[in-house]
Amino acid sequence: MSNDAELGLRDRLAQLSGVKLLRGTRLSTELQRLERQLERLRDDTSDEEIWRRVELARHEKRPYTLDYVERLLDDWFELHGDRGRMDDRAIVAGLGSLDGRTVAVIGHQKGRDLKERAIRNFGMANPEGYRKAIRTMQLADRHGFPIVTLVDTPGAHPGIAAEQHGQGGAIARSQACMLRLGVPTVAVVIGEGGSGGAVAIAVADRVLMQENAIYTVISPEGCAAILWRDAAKAKKAASAFKPDAAHCLELRVIDGIVPEPAGGAHADPDAAAALLRESLIAHLDDLASLAPDELRRSRRAKFRSMGVLAHV
Amino acid sequence: MLWMSTPPGHIDVSIEHKRADPARSDGRGDHPNTCPTCGSHYRDEELADTLRVCPQCGHHFPVRAPERIAQLADPGTFDEEDAELRSADPLEFFDLKPYVERLAEAELRTDLGDAILTGRAAIDGHACRIAAMDFSFMGGSMGSVVGERFARACERSADEGGVVVSVAASGGARMQEGILALMQLPKTVAAVGDLQDAGGTLLSVLAHPTTGGVTASFASLGDVILAEPGALTSFAGPRVVAQTTREKLPDDFGLAESNYRFGHVDAVVVRSELRSTLARLLRLFGGAR
Repeated sequence: MSNDAELGLRDRLAQLSGVKLLRGTRLSTELQRLERQLERLRDDTSDEEIWRRVELARHEKRPYTLDYVERLLDDWFELHGDRGRMDDRAIVAGLGSLDGRTVAVIGHQKGRDLKERAIRNFGMANPEGYRKAIRTMQLADRHGFPIVTLVDTPGAHPGIAAEQHGQGGAIARSQACMLRLGVPTVAVVIGEGGSGGAVAIAVADRVLMQENAIYTVISPEGCAAILWRDAAKAKKAASAFKPDAAHCLELRVIDGIVPEPAGGAHADPDAAAALLRESLIAHLDDLASLAPDELRRSRRAKFRSMGVLAHV
Repeated sequence: MLWMSTPPGHIDVSIEHKRADPARSDGRGDHPNTCPTCGSHYRDEELADTLRVCPQCGHHFPVRAPERIAQLADPGTFDEEDAELRSADPLEFFDLKPYVERLAEAELRTDLGDAILTGRAAIDGHACRIAAMDFSFMGGSMGSVVGERFARACERSADEGGVVVSVAASGGARMQEGILALMQLPKTVAAVGDLQDAGGTLLSVLAHPTTGGVTASFASLGDVILAEPGALTSFAGPRVVAQTTREKLPDDFGLAESNYRFGHVDAVVVRSELRSTLARLLRLFGGAR
């Protein structure tokens, strides 16, 4: 069906939805009928579109954090360890020079082959990874370095040691740390933005998504297993919670979309990196004039306002 | 003295509970008033009289938000705030039924507008705000309303340099609100930051279960963190961890006692002492000169 048909339906739905209905009362049959039509329409078109993005976001050749680091930064110096227990290889952190200024970069790192995937734990960080992120952010804050985070994780690692060493608290404290920073911060979801493990390093002044990245509260498979009791319904789940960049922008969860080369970032990593570089520099330039207090204030206000509410 | 107000109507929270975490549906007591630890069975009034703690073995049954507040607050002091807030449905989320229908059903069943109840109260004469979660409302999941009510409680308390007492009981972020539910993590974290920067205090109580997004946000940021005995308080649930690691989990995996041992909670407090413990902390935090 054409876009016109969807627009027409949306219009009528909007009109009908405008009629005040008491909470808990059944929607009128007309409204339900229209909604079913719209549902089918979406099934025909955007479901496939959304799922294609899920697949691209997880594409095994998609550039990872270090692929961008080597293309974006001069003089990369990687920092290791959380200064407490260990070095979590699922998160990389370091300093480098971007367009002549020193920046701190923190990102999830997936592995390319079996061996590296094991070392990187598929980009699923343990608390030590978030603690490494925190200490790097604090270091950058002390020295006035802007911070760029690259988000690409299926989620924080669900493990026995991870829980014993405080996974939830580490994720909470990493967010709290980001909300206290007085330096400009830009987060870019470059692949999978999986739940708490992703948002832990994505509480930034500007949050961007690459065109084919996804940002989710739970993996499509996890959602399907819980709500439909069937992990195979992942495609359905993905279209229900709309994890693609366009929808995230519409919901004002992100501030912008970074374009990718035709076919996706993996088709031409150099071009993808160039486009990312352009976005990063534009946003960092934009933020450069703001005082630390102003950055903190508006960053907190932005996240404070997230969500959609109704009143009775 | 702690249970003077009328307990709310009985609601079976065990079904929600099992849905959230099937690993625990091991046949240990199917009726909500049957103790899953020792098998003793109680009438509802009996359990209300013991703060919903099993007199035989000390098992802590779930407590709904209104009853929790009645257990903690001085009688007649609780004054609910932001009761008018409800979830919208920006994603028009539809799984087996529409999200709006799930919300309406939950509201009818629980008599709550969402999974958290917030407002002013006094505990042993100390003014504070209480934010108590209710697991029987969609598994205590955190969506826009839970985030907003919690954040407003923090903001109002921040203006007064006051104390927020939160009692968490949640399966995590509410999937039906998609990415907006995830954004309630930084939202509540920001609210705690504002509260603490203004000299205010968060006393965080973790009740069974506190998992996922709530563990990964405000509940872990208390100036002091208390947990109820036997409460599961983890980021990932035991089933997910078992499936991922294929290792045998320790018997106390994710439980309050384990988190105490590993340094993530300050004290494990039995329910009969929760009110007096909070009163002591309120006194101490109010004692700066």
